[in-house]
Amino acid sequence: MSNNLLEIKDLNIFFKSDKNPDPIHAVRDLSFSLKQGEMLGVVGESGSGKSITNLALMGILGDSAIVRAEQCSLNNRELLNLKEHEWQKVRGGEISMIFQDPMTALNPFLTVEYQIVETILAHLNISKGEAKNKAIELLLQVGITSPKDRLKSYPFELSGGMAQRVMIAMAISTSPKLLIADEPTTALDVTIQKQILTLIKSLQEKNNMSVILVTHDLGVVSEFSERVQVMYAGELVETGRTSEIIKNPKHPYTFGLLSSRPGAVTRPAKTPLASIPGIVPAFHQRPAGCQFNPRCIHVLEDCKLGKIPIEHFVRCLHPMKETIV
Amino acid sequence: MNEILKVEALHKTYDIKKLFKPTLKLKALSGINFHLSKKETLGIVGESGCGKSTLAKVLTKLESITHGEIILLGKKYNDYLALEFHSKIQMVFQDPYQSLNPRKKAFDIIADPIRINTQTSSLEIDYLVMEMMKKVGLREEFSKRYPHHFSGGQRQRLGIARALMLRPEILILDEPVSALDVSIQAQVLNLLLELQVEFNLSYIFISHDLSVIQHMSDRILVMYLGRVVEYGSRDQIFYNPLHPYTKILLESAPKTQKSQKTHGKTLGQEIIVKGELPSALNLPKGCAFEPRCPYAKVSCKESVPDLEIKQGREVACFEV
Repeated sequence: MSNNLLEIKDLNIFFKSDKNPDPIHAVRDLSFSLKQGEMLGVVGESGSGKSITNLALMGILGDSAIVRAEQCSLNNRELLNLKEHEWQKVRGGEISMIFQDPMTALNPFLTVEYQIVETILAHLNISKGEAKNKAIELLLQVGITSPKDRLKSYPFELSGGMAQRVMIAMAISTSPKLLIADEPTTALDVTIQKQILTLIKSLQEKNNMSVILVTHDLGVVSEFSERVQVMYAGELVETGRTSEIIKNPKHPYTFGLLSSRPGAVTRPAKTPLASIPGIVPAFHQRPAGCQFNPRCIHVLEDCKLGKIPIEHFVRCLHPMKETIV
Repeated sequence: MNEILKVEALHKTYDIKKLFKPTLKLKALSGINFHLSKKETLGIVGESGCGKSTLAKVLTKLESITHGEIILLGKKYNDYLALEFHSKIQMVFQDPYQSLNPRKKAFDIIADPIRINTQTSSLEIDYLVMEMMKKVGLREEFSKRYPHHFSGGQRQRLGIARALMLRPEILILDEPVSALDVSIQAQVLNLLLELQVEFNLSYIFISHDLSVIQHMSDRILVMYLGRVVEYGSRDQIFYNPLHPYTKILLESAPKTQKSQKTHGKTLGQEIIVKGELPSALNLPKGCAFEPRCPYAKVSCKESVPDLEIKQGREVACFEV
């Protein structure tokens, strides 16, 4: 028994496909844990497996997915053995999720009221009238002025920031223990992004809720999350305190990601950026050894063989010692 | 002097027509003035709905001008013939997945501008296309492939190659790296910097990402609801912003290093801007930013501030 809210050990996700006899290995040996009330930032590019991990935690991967783990538990309750009707209690009840694009995540045919009340009634044992009052209260909580009018709105009548607030209101309506925010602000403008992230942070602290904040923007993570994990090609490559990783990244990928960010390092304008050569390998062309070795500038012979273990929170045989200036 | 593009009092208004309702005027751009010199990059920054993309469309003649004048190399826009115009100014689009014809091979995508606009022999076209593919970092054997075979970064390279085929003087880059991953973004930005030197290009670089704008631009135009609110050099805008909107925009951008918040000092406490962009159909009578501005006074509600030169750059604010 552990004190952690979420405990994941050696999570592997495969996808069966008609073309390939071998299933695609999308997430490899992922282990992490999350305490009650803690925020964890997850950073990675497309294809790194960050979204698939979240979908697995919500139990909404399709039939073609095979999810295996030594342990994948919420409050010491194993998630992977749950039946569908048990999943329905967990999903939206104990774990909620906010998606990237609020405009496609909301049903365009139904009013805000219908969608929020539906969620509340599915999980809480209260009357419709009480649910409506709760919806008004929730909209106020997420900073929507004149919530009574907004309840009658359809999603197309809302701006992007407003729609994301409605999504957050829905997600916290059942007081979940864990909130997964998958790129919640990628579709929004910077000023609105700041409003939404500040809102999520304050709700996390007020409700003592755990949050997994997925993003591709290291700036977002370093401002809002104390702990971060960096993923690359389905593997966890580095994890630790955000302030430490931003200053002293040990994995060459993290290092490259940080220094290729325009504006991360103070440089004169129009000087070349330190870029990472090449692209993330496709799922069926993953290299042997370290997943990053074909793009790594510090690659040595032993990087191309066998499985690279995580040691001292970094999956690299020759960790970097330089600091980001 | 080296000025190649000059925009004077540019207005763009769309008519919103609805059955049985009076026609509404949507002012997408009102009174835009700026100029662009040779080999220079002008960054245009602002939130969605501020008119950045409308401006790009007007500049490439995809939309007509309602009022005002654009002068390209000493000649008015309306006096240009299509062919001559397209060999001066070209555009790279935001989404490399939607801006390439999925039914055409890479070779044809790059070759089409030359085929349509010039009388070049096919042998020479072959040579020019291969040369251009090398320059943007695409291997020769890729020329037979269709867009769906390429990754996002490679597609954007294709889009850049296509835009450069007629050897334009000005390239309009509408959010060219927003759809790309961080590590790929750096590759494409580096390519754009190299090409600018090699082809003596002037860029109009449109982006919502301040760090990209800061890295690429010589001068910057900050837009809000179809108007210019601040226009100055990169250092003025980033290290000493004057307009409250510019300050807030810089303050809101997520950063990895706290020490970098040099501009934060001018604001003192961190400020989160209230509310959202008002509708362009129903603009406030006074300053468009007044409803969200933390420094707004009563006078801001009454009239629109003009752009005035203050501390060496143009700002539209009464309170500066």
